[in-house]
Amino acid sequence: MCLAVPGQVLSIEGEDALTRQGRVKFGGIVKQVNLAYVPEVAVGDYVLVHAGFAITIIDEPEALKTLAYLAEVEPEELS
Amino acid sequence: MTGGFGFALSCPLPDRQNEVIELAHGGGGLLMHGLIDRIFRPAFAISSADLTHDGAVLEIAGARLAFTTDSYVVRPLFFPGGDIGSLAIYGTVNDLAMCGAQPLFLSLGLILEEGLPISQLRQVIASMHTAAETAGVRLATGDTKVVEHGKGDGLYINTAGIGFVRSAVPPAPQHVRPGDAVLLSGDIGRHGIAVLAAREGLGFEGEIESDAAPLAATVMELIEAGIDLHCLRDPTRGGLATTLVEIAKSASLDMYIDESSIVVSEPVRGACEILGLDPLYVASEGRFIAFVPLHEAEAALSIVRGAPRGVDAAIIGRVEASRGRGVVLEGMIGGTRVLDMLSGEQLPRIC
Amino acid sequence: MKYIDEFRDAASVRRYADAIARITTRSWTMMEICGGQTHSIVRHGIDQLLPQGVNLLHGPGCPVCVTPTESIDAAIAIANTPGVIFCSFGDMLRVPGHRGSLLAAKARGADVRIVYSPLDALKIAQGTRDREVVFFAIGFETTAPATAMTVAQAARDGIENFSLLISHVLVPPAIEALLSAPDNQVQGFLAAGHVCTIMGYWEYEPIAQRFRVPIVVTGFEPLDLMQGIYLCIRQLEENRVEVENQYRRSVRRDGNRIAQQVMRRVFAVQSQRWRGIGEIAASGLGLSAEYARYDARTRFGPAEVHSEQPSECMAGLILRGLRKPTDCPAFATRCTPERPVGATMVSSEGACAAYYRYRRHDGTGAGVGLDMGRDASP
Repeated sequence: MCLAVPGQVLSIEGEDALTRQGRVKFGGIVKQVNLAYVPEVAVGDYVLVHAGFAITIIDEPEALKTLAYLAEVEPEELS
Repeated sequence: MTGGFGFALSCPLPDRQNEVIELAHGGGGLLMHGLIDRIFRPAFAISSADLTHDGAVLEIAGARLAFTTDSYVVRPLFFPGGDIGSLAIYGTVNDLAMCGAQPLFLSLGLILEEGLPISQLRQVIASMHTAAETAGVRLATGDTKVVEHGKGDGLYINTAGIGFVRSAVPPAPQHVRPGDAVLLSGDIGRHGIAVLAAREGLGFEGEIESDAAPLAATVMELIEAGIDLHCLRDPTRGGLATTLVEIAKSASLDMYIDESSIVVSEPVRGACEILGLDPLYVASEGRFIAFVPLHEAEAALSIVRGAPRGVDAAIIGRVEASRGRGVVLEGMIGGTRVLDMLSGEQLPRIC
Repeated sequence: MKYIDEFRDAASVRRYADAIARITTRSWTMMEICGGQTHSIVRHGIDQLLPQGVNLLHGPGCPVCVTPTESIDAAIAIANTPGVIFCSFGDMLRVPGHRGSLLAAKARGADVRIVYSPLDALKIAQGTRDREVVFFAIGFETTAPATAMTVAQAARDGIENFSLLISHVLVPPAIEALLSAPDNQVQGFLAAGHVCTIMGYWEYEPIAQRFRVPIVVTGFEPLDLMQGIYLCIRQLEENRVEVENQYRRSVRRDGNRIAQQVMRRVFAVQSQRWRGIGEIAASGLGLSAEYARYDARTRFGPAEVHSEQPSECMAGLILRGLRKPTDCPAFATRCTPERPVGATMVSSEGACAAYYRYRRHDGTGAGVGLDMGRDASP
């Protein structure tokens, strides 16, 4: 389940905890997204969006580590 | 209800006696083809060769004319990049072009709903006027009817068109040959997303505009350059995948399509990712697919790239003799999958 | 698109395929329990890249598939109530209940609308105060926070012409039920990355230890899946049992605390019936007392109750990974996406639908080796 798509926060509006929202860019389109679940988000951050809500801020260093992991497991991996 | 196979079905099969038309019947996929096969074909004794997707080629007093009709029920009436009016002109012009014909005249049937603001009607007609001029066709005749409020969705349009067939052999699936190259004239999916976004109020900024546009001029250029157009089709309802599957089935051939060669613009890509839609099944209204002999592919590509809106044109695949595989998509990460027609319209999903 | 394209790199995926082949010395059976992962695996042909003997099962990770028939029937009954605007995610529209689907109800005149977010349904309620708006709240823990926040907003803003038909389900109890079953074959799990984004993965640690089954929290893109499978196999080969996190850019051990808090306030855990599986204790969410007035079941009264067929449809066996769709005699013959018999054929995440769309021509199903394209012998 759970189609959640990464997008970049372009701007943030509102102070209210429940309805705070941001304009988030996905590829070439921009959509309003509720940011209530990521109160520490800043403009420029990437968030993962599901059903109109940002559910987490994507951790860029961890993303890079994930991509780099492959080099650690190959080609001299144990058998 | 036991199936006799050792397990009981937990959901009853739908009762076919009480079948009603569903929206999906208009979607260009399996349900619509089911209607054609079960109801229309037997009634009108249409052989599969005559019932091409786009139009009929008729010999009348020694002249070869293409004749087509289409109805437009799009909601909303107005969307970024066009409206039901421009769509009605370009759609029918393009169907004629897909027969290798120079579009000449259109007829126009309007069904207006009581209560439609006349200002909207004016806007649609003005848009049709501009589109007809752009496409180089003239409106020959028309008719208007009004239905009661609540019966009509604002405005429905039917256009029929005639044109002179210019290609030596009218393009048709039957003329596709193993070894042919598959050429796609541009990026896909803009129209479908533009209309969906406008209709469902998806609130996308940086609006995606419909790609609706006339294709006849480019097709005529290809014909004049002597390109042997085995088959032409525009990937409208059901999108690129559905169109390829239809042609492969009609022609009884297999196709191998390279996923990475298909261009999807960034905005369409973003919208499809969010909504969980596959761009291969999203309609375009200003693009076409051409099946040409392999040795003519580069020349054809060059002509299409030089034409308006042709910047993303590409050779996306090849045709092969049938080994029962159908349309095979060679995926970006190396796997393959078989493309099929969808059972109904593609719905946005959350899962 | 950033954070998508890099994780679809063909060369990297192939290198993982090689690495997996190198470390695999025997047969292993793993299960993923996420419809999104099923979809991605079958669509990208991930299972075609795994060595013979690595068996990847698709578990009950499709909330559409496991929504009980009773909920669909209730949805249709409510949608058919005069004046109601019934809002749903697109996924649910084709699922068959006892008397057709929501799409069929729409064809017969019910005002059924597809929404992208429950907030859209709330907005409709705000815009049409003279009509009752009902939202069909389905999904796992990933989606429950969206429902919860919407309910909280409705309550705070006094929107009373709004209610929800809730069918949220929880993953850990389902995993425990699967692992407790006597016919269980699953040796390792790929946990659903977006569910864990919300809930964290600390709940899985006792499960892994109790049943001695490695669990790897995994993402959705081809690279994520390959890495998740690699880590799981490596644990199995090394006889380790841990909960590992592959989806580190999104998942933390504690998950999203705020989302969990809001869920705890708006929902109460309850027993839940899973279509094709049966009742699992403490595996569903209902509205808490504070928000009970938003429950559409209470507002609209109970739907007609049809008894579920005593013997199970093949979908149950498929959802538990005991059969593959291609094992079912009705698959692609009497049961197709246009005329689905079971829920696993309806949802695009369902194993049967995924197989139908991408695999039925192979005749062999998944995990049987590398498809080299047209030169492969079937």
